[in-house]
Amino acid sequence: MAVCVAVIAKENYPLYIRSVPTENELKFHYMVHTSLDVVDEKISAMGKALVDQRELYLGLLYPTEDYKKRYGYVTNSKVKFVMVVDSSNTALRDNEIRSMFRKLHNSYTDVMCNPFYNPGDRIQSSRAFDSMVTSMMIQVC
Amino acid sequence: MADEALFLLLHNEMVSGVYKSAEQGEVENGRCITKLENMGFRVGQGLIERFTKDTARFKDELDIMKFICKDFWTTVFKKQIDNLRTNHQGIYVLQDNKFRLLTQMSAGKQYLEHASKYLAFTCGLIRGGLSNLGIKSIVTAEVSSMPACKFQVMIQKS
Repeated sequence: MAVCVAVIAKENYPLYIRSVPTENELKFHYMVHTSLDVVDEKISAMGKALVDQRELYLGLLYPTEDYKKRYGYVTNSKVKFVMVVDSSNTALRDNEIRSMFRKLHNSYTDVMCNPFYNPGDRIQSSRAFDSMVTSMMIQVC
Repeated sequence: MADEALFLLLHNEMVSGVYKSAEQGEVENGRCITKLENMGFRVGQGLIERFTKDTARFKDELDIMKFICKDFWTTVFKKQIDNLRTNHQGIYVLQDNKFRLLTQMSAGKQYLEHASKYLAFTCGLIRGGLSNLGIKSIVTAEVSSMPACKFQVMIQKS
């Protein structure tokens, strides 16, 4: 299950971050923050890669000792999605994570195309986006 | 197809709407172009977010410009840009020999002075799209003979 979902703007400030209430929120903020460097590194390495490797989904960001895995995804508009996934009792397949990111991206696009949303603002008042993230957090647990 | 005409009609109404409100003093005169350009900017940002959702990551600046000329232009204006030229130092010239928003007006030089209002939105569209892809730019348009027009994109290096 996803325990934390974050959307980070082009300029590396958070647009949206939400985590499960059972654990320390600050810890997740820290986790997401440390992942950003890895995301940057992966993108710059990808620029030189072949066409078929230029996918938006970045995969597992780095191996960690604990059971919380971080996955990354970067849209063409350089908006970063970071997801922390708890894999203590269920091992998620890469494809499942990928489809979760696609769902997140679709919802983000809808938010972007909402005339009442100013690009670059925090995503605060979108109920559709909120409920989609909630569904992702419950879905797999 | 009716949906093709819809965008043209809406755009025409938008231009005349903005200019009408300028006559009534709601918008400062001379700010109309800026206003239309800003509308285009926001639309471009939204559109590019949607269009690039399923495409692979772009390789470089030229790759992005090609995308604008082909996919983006085809979706919005039903045709590709006819000619893309660049000096490889941040200046791109996009030439459209039959620009869709100008085809409704008589060809030649008769309405040349009015052409700029019908190009402002598109300039904003390009600028907004590029800015959402992480490229800051200045976009200007020029028309010498309708319905052909040129868009010049100057990339701002930060």
